[in-house]
This record gives sequence, C-alpha cells and structure tokens, in this order.
Amino acid sequence: MATTVPEHFQGNVDHHAHTDHDHKPAFFARWFMSTNHKDIGTMYLIFAIFAGIIGGAFSGMMRVELAEPGIQYLDIFARWFGATNPDFNSTLHVWNVLITAHGLIMVFFMVMPAMIGGFGNWFVPLMIGAPDMAFPRMNNISFWLTVAGFISLLCSAFVPGGTGLGAGTGWTVYAPLSTSGSPGPAVDFGIFALHLAGAGSIMGAINFITTIFNMRAPGMTMHKMPLFVWSVLVTAFLLLLSLPVLAAAITMLLTDRNFGTTFFDPSGGGDPVLYQHLFWFFGHPEVYIMILPGFGIISQIVSTFSKKPVFGYLGMAYAMVAIGVVGFIVWAHHMYATGMSVNTKMYFTAATMVIAVPTGIKIFSWIATMWGGSVEFKSPMVWAIGFIFLFTVGGVTGVVLANGGVDDVLHDTYYVVAHFHYVLSLGAVTALFAGFYYWFPKMSGRMHSEFLAHVHFWIFFIGVNMIFFPMHFLGLQGMPRRYPDYAEAYQHWNHVATIGYMVMATSLVVWLINMIYAYTAGRKAEDSYWGEGATTLEWTLSSPPPYHQFETLPVIEEAAHH
Amino acid sequence: MILGKTVLTLGESAKAVGRHFVAAMAFSSSLAITSAIAAPAAEAVPAAGYTPMKPTPGIGMPVEGGIGLQQQYSKLGEYGEWIHDGVLMPIITVITLFVLLLIIIIAVRYNRRANPVASKTSHNTILEVVWTLVPVLILIGIAVPSIDLIAKQYKPAPKGALTIKVTGNQWFWTYGYPDNGDFEVVSNMLNLPGQPTINNGVREVGSKPWDGPSHLEVDNRMVVPVGEPIRLQITAADVIHSFAVPSLWFKLDAVPGRINEKVLLVEKPGVYYGQCSELCGAKHGYMPIAVEALPRAQYDAWVLTHAGGVIDGQKPAAVAASPAAPAAVATEAASEAPAADATAAATAE
Repeated sequence: MATTVPEHFQGNVDHHAHTDHDHKPAFFARWFMSTNHKDIGTMYLIFAIFAGIIGGAFSGMMRVELAEPGIQYLDIFARWFGATNPDFNSTLHVWNVLITAHGLIMVFFMVMPAMIGGFGNWFVPLMIGAPDMAFPRMNNISFWLTVAGFISLLCSAFVPGGTGLGAGTGWTVYAPLSTSGSPGPAVDFGIFALHLAGAGSIMGAINFITTIFNMRAPGMTMHKMPLFVWSVLVTAFLLLLSLPVLAAAITMLLTDRNFGTTFFDPSGGGDPVLYQHLFWFFGHPEVYIMILPGFGIISQIVSTFSKKPVFGYLGMAYAMVAIGVVGFIVWAHHMYATGMSVNTKMYFTAATMVIAVPTGIKIFSWIATMWGGSVEFKSPMVWAIGFIFLFTVGGVTGVVLANGGVDDVLHDTYYVVAHFHYVLSLGAVTALFAGFYYWFPKMSGRMHSEFLAHVHFWIFFIGVNMIFFPMHFLGLQGMPRRYPDYAEAYQHWNHVATIGYMVMATSLVVWLINMIYAYTAGRKAEDSYWGEGATTLEWTLSSPPPYHQFETLPVIEEAAHH
Repeated sequence: MILGKTVLTLGESAKAVGRHFVAAMAFSSSLAITSAIAAPAAEAVPAAGYTPMKPTPGIGMPVEGGIGLQQQYSKLGEYGEWIHDGVLMPIITVITLFVLLLIIIIAVRYNRRANPVASKTSHNTILEVVWTLVPVLILIGIAVPSIDLIAKQYKPAPKGALTIKVTGNQWFWTYGYPDNGDFEVVSNMLNLPGQPTINNGVREVGSKPWDGPSHLEVDNRMVVPVGEPIRLQITAADVIHSFAVPSLWFKLDAVPGRINEKVLLVEKPGVYYGQCSELCGAKHGYMPIAVEALPRAQYDAWVLTHAGGVIDGQKPAAVAASPAAPAAVATEAASEAPAADATAAATAE
C-alpha cells in the first residue's frame, strides 16, 4: 500500500494534471498490460460478449436438437468437435458436453465477467469518486486468469472425457460421474478452468472490497454509496466466502480422479453427497453473485428515469445484505431428492422461503420508486421494467420450488430449467442489457439508436418468454432436464421453445446492428445524456471519461442524493 | 450392453409358473382380502399367468401439450397436487398479476407526459413494514401445508410391508424382490424405430399390444401390488441416478454407497411411467421407469412367473416341495410373458 498510492499520483505529476491529453500507453501495453479499470472493464465486456456468443450458440445447438423427438443433429455436432465415426454413446455424450459447456460458460465466462468484471470495474471507481481500483495490477491478472480459464474449458471439448470427447458432467460436476464416471483429461481441463476463473474472481472480489472500503471520495459514507456499489460490495463478499469452498471441492475431485483419494467414493469410505453439499455451499451464493449486481444496475436505472431517488434506500441496501447472508444457509434446497432427513428438508424449506422477503422488498421498492415519478421510457428503462416483471415470474416459481415436498415432483425437471432461466437468462441478462444501454454511450462516447434498442427489447422479450414459459408446462408434465430426446407428448412445447430461440436470436442481430450504427453513425454522447435524473458521479465526467479521472477527488456534500 | 441381463428363457419361465401354480392355489386363502378387489380383472388374466397391462393413454404418463401436473395416483400425490394447484399457483399468479398491474398503472399515470413533475418521496415506513410483513404471513400460510407434506413423505413403511430394491445402473434399472424369493428384474428401455439401437437384444417399442409411449416403455416393468405401502430401497451401482415417477409424486436419488428408503403406495391399478432424473452419463435420457401396479392376486401370479419367485410371507420350502403342474396351463401363460420376447427378433414397422 505504501508504494502504490504515491506511485499512482507520481504519474499524474509527471504528465501535469491539467493536460488535455490522456497519455494513453501504446496498444500492446494498454491492452495486454493494462492497469486502467476502464480498459480492463472494456476487455471484460468484450470477453463476456464473445463467451456469450459461444455459450448462446451451444444453446442454439441444443434447441435445434430438441425441436422434435429422436436424435437428429448430435452426430453432426460430434464431428464438429473432431470425432471420427462416433458411435451412439459418443454421439449422446456430445449432448452432455453441450449442457455442461453452456452452463459453465454462461455462469463463469459471461454473466460474472460482464456484471462484476465489466460494469463493476467500469463504474464502481467512477461512482465512488476514485481514480482507479485499489490494486490495478491484480485487476489485470484477474482478467487474464478468466481468459485462461475459458481457454482451458474450450480445450476440454477436444480431449476424451469418458464416453466421448469433452466433459459431460453438467456444470455441477457431480461425483462419481465426474470421477470414476468420466475417465480422460476432459474433466481435468474443466476443473482447471474453474480453478483459474475462481482465482481470478477471488482476486477481483478482494480488489472491490478494498476499493469500496478505502477509496470512496471525501463525504461519500457507506450510506451514501450508489446501490450499484452496494450490490458489488455484497457480491464481492459472497465471492470471497463461497469460491474457496468450490476450490476445495473441485480439488478433492482432482485428487479423487488422479491421486487415488476417495473423498467422494463410497468404496473408500467417502460420500458422493458430500460433494453436493460442498458444491452447493458455493453454488447457491453463486446464483446471487450473478443477480445482485443486476439488482444494483436496475436500481440506478429506475431512479434515473423516474427522476426520483431510490425508494427506501437503506431497505434496498440491507435487503441485498440479507439476501447475501441468507443465501449461505439455504444450499441444500438443490438436494431435496438426495435422501436427506426429514428435519433437514423442513429446515431448508423454511430457510429458502425466507429469501422471498428481502427479494420482495426490492421488487416493491423499485415499483415505489417509479410510483409518483415522471417516468421516461428510454431504452434502459424499458429493459429495467422488463427485468422487474421477468424476475418476479422467476422469483415466484422459486417459492414453489422452495417447498421440499413439492420439489419431489419438480426437481430436475424443466420447471427448474424455466425457473433459473427466468432469473438468469431473463433476469441477469435483461439487467445486463439494461446496464449496457444505460452506460454504453458513457463508455464509448457514442449514442446508440433508441429505436433499435426498443426493437431489440421487444423481440428479445417475446423470444425468451416463448423459450422459457412453456418449459414450466414441460416440467409440470414431468420432462426431466438434461435430456437430448423425449417422449412425443413433450413435442408441442419443445417446438414452441425452439421457435422462441430463433426469435431471441433475431433480437441479438438487432443489437449488433445497433452497435455498428453507434460506432459508424451514432452522434456524440453528452456528459449526462439521460438528463436530470442521473445523479451519480459518472455523469459528472465526459463521455467517454478521461483516461485518468478524479485526479482531484470530488467532495460529496452533506445533502447529496445517493 | 456390457453388463449381463437377467433374461428368463421360455423354458425356465414355464417351469416356474408350473411349479408355483399349485402353491398359489393352495395358499389362496391367504389372498382372501385382495382377491375381492382382483375379481373383475382376474377374468381377463388367469391367476397363474401374467400379461403386461396395457397402459391407459394419458394416465401415468405426460399428455400432448399438457400444461399442468400429471394426474396423481397416490395419497401423497393428491395432497401435493392440492398444495401446488390449490395453494401455490393461485398465490404466485396473484402476486405476478399484481406486479404487472402496478407496472401498467405506472406506465399510464406516471409517464413523463401525464406527470411532468416527479414527487420526491423516498421513504414511507408504514409501507415498508407492510411489504415486509405481508409476504412473511403469506409464506407462513404456504409453509404450514408444505411442512405437513414433508412430514407425511417421511412416514416409514409399516412392519411387514413388501420391500423392493431399486438399483440404478448405467443405463438401466434393476428391481430386486427380496421378500419374493430375491429374484431380480432388469428393466431396459425399448428401442426406438428408425433410431440407432439403444439396448442390444431388446425389441422395438410398439411391437407388443401392451407397449406404452416410446422413450418411456421398458422390456420388463417394475411390478408392484396396488393399494398397499411398499418399502422402496434405492441405490446405485455406478454413478448417481434418480428414481422418479411424476404421477406417483415420487423422486429419490439412487446414490452409490447409500440406500435411500421411501414408501410407495399406488392407489389404482395401472402403468405409471417415469424417467431417470439425475444426469448419469451418455444414455441418461434412455433409462425410463415403468411401474405396473396390479391387484394382489395378479401381483402374486407375476411373482410366480420368475424362477425362485415366492409369494411374500410364505415359506419357500412349501414351494419347492410342489410337483410340476399341468404343462398346458403353464405354457399358455408363459407364451404371453414378456421375458420370452426379449430374445425374439424385433419386429420391423
């Protein structure tokens, strides 16, 4: 610490604080040895978009296979991955590789890098009035570890993983399917990918916690921080406390696989269910890691476009803290079918339902923020309202699934798939797009087309609902998840879902066109292009902000709004 | 298939039926209670024989375009269905519509044109207390029946209940009947016409009149007596599987090294289909479950079609002592048995 702070300010003195030039480093130094939070944030966003396209393509491959009963395309996909004359088992194995890769990519290499690495890096320092993150070099290694993890995961698809090429264990990597059930290096590559991405995330979390605790501008108390900063702070604590448990669990998988230990092997005194407890002790906080920054983004947007401060600011901040805390004591609701004792099942049912309370506070506070406001339906606001509705749908089905007795019929069916896509694919991703349209001109300096952004929203909204709403029906009818093939009775709604996928994919084309438009014909963005409602510190800077901002720290006045 | 299967040959099956036919008659007094229920069905199927039941479309299986839970055929299932359809669904629908309504009101009343000047209200303690406490009360309302349902799920089987051992394997189920002479039934999914062979030596679906839906029908079903609590003991031989039958509100993981136990009570004779519900490798999608619930007399008759099959509660010694039964009856019954078909060539469409 003693060396970091003077060194940083030293640079500013050298270049003179009042210069008009940003003194950006040359290309390689700027992008490969970056210590600038905005550049790293940009790289995270580009990386997340890239990973999202791959993960999204995998889901397209799954939906086309599921359009009708029988196996139609998996054989072709197996050849894409390099299999020559795959037998039927290795053809079916491709399906498991697709579901595994889709899950891992979307969780670890799309949503998390975009939310925390992308928007977190970009806007946490800006919103608290800091010149950069506390540990700029650690910030850089966080990013490149994530990239290395992604490369390791992609490698796993081309090496043997048991019945075929690639890791086919599901993103949960349950033992013993992931140990004795998957010989070959693919699963080891997958585990290594998680280790790398996890290490990157832990460093990122340490960075955010330190930055938020130590680098707030004078006058910005904890209770004046924008809610997005609060959300990233809570998320960082969740990462810091949960990821080491994942690291331990998957390290035990590695030693079970390669060094003859039997942590999860009953023949040596181990227990496969132990792995599930360890995994979900990480896995449940993980789902809040993915959604909490989204909550923060939505709070900023709803406040901006209602031209009102967030309703019940303290309640909102502490609701996130409560979600984070309770999120650590509900993990076994993912394991209702494993044969737990009656008291355990009752406890986890009750504890899980408790989460609905702080989540409800958030939904109602957003609505109360808009209530009485002068609401402008600009593109980020439309996405934010879409989020509030879709997250409500995903939330209430969560209350259904919380009931251990009801979960007996819904566990591991498409109802669960529908539920977590409503909170992630339709919740987190909708929040990401809301944040993207909200901040894209700030980051790029160019305005996107509002018209195309609205078109994007409506096509996306219709598409994702077409994909995922029918999955509730399939789940209630008993269709299990992770199936490449199904009984004919399930065809109708699967067909609808596949059409929905195409609709959703079309919306992404509109989004890309909008980006091309912004960079080619988009007009220059003003400093505070959303007008009077935008009150956080990033709007006091130019669009894009200078390479080094807040060389003189802003002072937050006593009466300032959050 | 790499692993061997228990396939009864025609000869063995016939002998078994023959041997046990007399025994079944001799002990018929012990079946007095159940035979009353079985009476109508017994006309169609001779007590000594076993023909797989033809499933009723839409019962015990998903229905085309269905949007709700499968109809339930167990007490627990009916209760669970009520909690879902009668308690949870109305509550979540009302909450979702309420949120939607508020959003619509905001869009109409508080848009920029209708309300040019925003209020500055950002706190209302009473409101915040209300929207914290009301959800708490709703959740308590849900928790009461929900916890009760969990308690009921864990009611242990009564003493003397029939035990069936369910074992998940990559990628088929085996059903052991320790109370019935400890024979084992190996259950494979029937192959799909026009698709690569899934299980070698198993016929195609639709080649027998009693075949149910494709992807769900198996060569040898798990046959259980109807109307009595059965103790299911579930485990796995390799990786984790999950034994799930939606219309019986039943799902319990098959975990290697553990035995999970739960009561199954089927209320109505019929065939109830389910599928493996925990990712278990390449053919995870191809190891369905078919539970055939029969009245006691028919169940006993089915038991006796297996080599070493003994009606539970009877001494095996009595069976062993019985002489061979008339061959005519036995052969007739056995020719209908599915075991005989396992070795037969699959019929093309």
